[in-house]
Amino acid sequence: MTLQIKQSTGPEFSRILGLGAARGTNVVTNDDIAGPIDSSDEWIQQRTGIITRRRSDAHVTVIDLAEEAALKAIAAAGITAQEIDAVILSTVTYFHQTPAGAALVADRIGATPAAAFDISAACAGYSYGIGQADALVRSGGARNVLVIGAEKMSDFIDPTDRSISFLLGDGAGAAVVGPSDTPGIGPTIWGSDGSKAQTIRQTHSWQDLRTQPELGWPTLRQEGQTVFKWAAFQMPVVAQQALDAAGVTADDIQVFVPHQANMRIIDQFIKQLKLPDTVVVGRDIADTGNTSAASIPLATDRLLAEGQAKSGDLSLQIGFGAGLVYAAQVVVLP
Amino acid sequence: MAYTEQDILAGLAEIVAEETGLPADSVTSEKSFTDDLDIDSLSMMTIVTHAEDKFSVTIPDDEVKNLSTVGDAVSFINGAQA
Repeated sequence: MTLQIKQSTGPEFSRILGLGAARGTNVVTNDDIAGPIDSSDEWIQQRTGIITRRRSDAHVTVIDLAEEAALKAIAAAGITAQEIDAVILSTVTYFHQTPAGAALVADRIGATPAAAFDISAACAGYSYGIGQADALVRSGGARNVLVIGAEKMSDFIDPTDRSISFLLGDGAGAAVVGPSDTPGIGPTIWGSDGSKAQTIRQTHSWQDLRTQPELGWPTLRQEGQTVFKWAAFQMPVVAQQALDAAGVTADDIQVFVPHQANMRIIDQFIKQLKLPDTVVVGRDIADTGNTSAASIPLATDRLLAEGQAKSGDLSLQIGFGAGLVYAAQVVVLP
Repeated sequence: MAYTEQDILAGLAEIVAEETGLPADSVTSEKSFTDDLDIDSLSMMTIVTHAEDKFSVTIPDDEVKNLSTVGDAVSFINGAQA
């Protein structure tokens, strides 16, 4: 008989055990940033729904933000850092090719020797991470997984850029995913469209900066109309697929938390999905701005903290962004 | 099915009315989307997407900036019909 290797097995289900949030401490108004982009508070609010965005001080790093959110999530989950088996950090603003930011975070929070790796999936990073954590837990690869979406977007912006920079904020949101007696995370519907890779991009590569230092620090740009069309009309189709895969309808969920890209995209989602008025919708972008991979956990944590959502609620979450990439799933809120 | 220019104008007027709240009969050929109808670029993409669905045509994203008036959009859609 041929020798067969053993396989790991895990619990039948996984769920989010706890969430944690960390926002940039500086409240930056539209008036603060409108001058260099020849804009106004009125224009920014009408076009994006943003009233303020949060930004961190220069000395605060994306690792600092990740650590703060992580410690809160671990406490909320009622476990110790030593019980974390894997740390996943989703970010596009940790500017070292290596070592991974997740390893630093794991060390700082006392989770060593947890597995640690970074995900680069832009504004879909947290949903990618939740999908990965769900699979890891249920396959027996890890018992408790810490997923962190952390961004210091203010390190990546051009104050004179009218396409995206004025939307962006700093923050981190974290979730501990662990075993569950009942389903807590629905199937992840995810994918990419690399044919649109140029629609949200950094202006030039680190290699370009090295060979042509006169280009200066790379910053973000987007082709706003193309991205809006994709997000507002193709992403609701993905969100519906996530509902279908979880075996629920728009009438069954209590909460909807899309990536906080633009309030007008959020409004289109509600229309396209025909969400009833009873569904509470995350609109944290109004005060926090667009924090990329951090936006979904920050918005979710806020709804819970403010009592608009409660433990046990079904929440549809969808992240989408540079890549272009996307990921959606229905989760039970902790 | 091929729509007439009249059909396209009527259909487009409905779409614009739905998106903006303006009365459909105020959406006439000579009107500029931005200057007369106060439609910003995000609303324009919404209108374009609904028009693509309604008339079974493709309106490339980089073509949208050339559609200054309602009439421009009607002509483009008419020409794009298979």
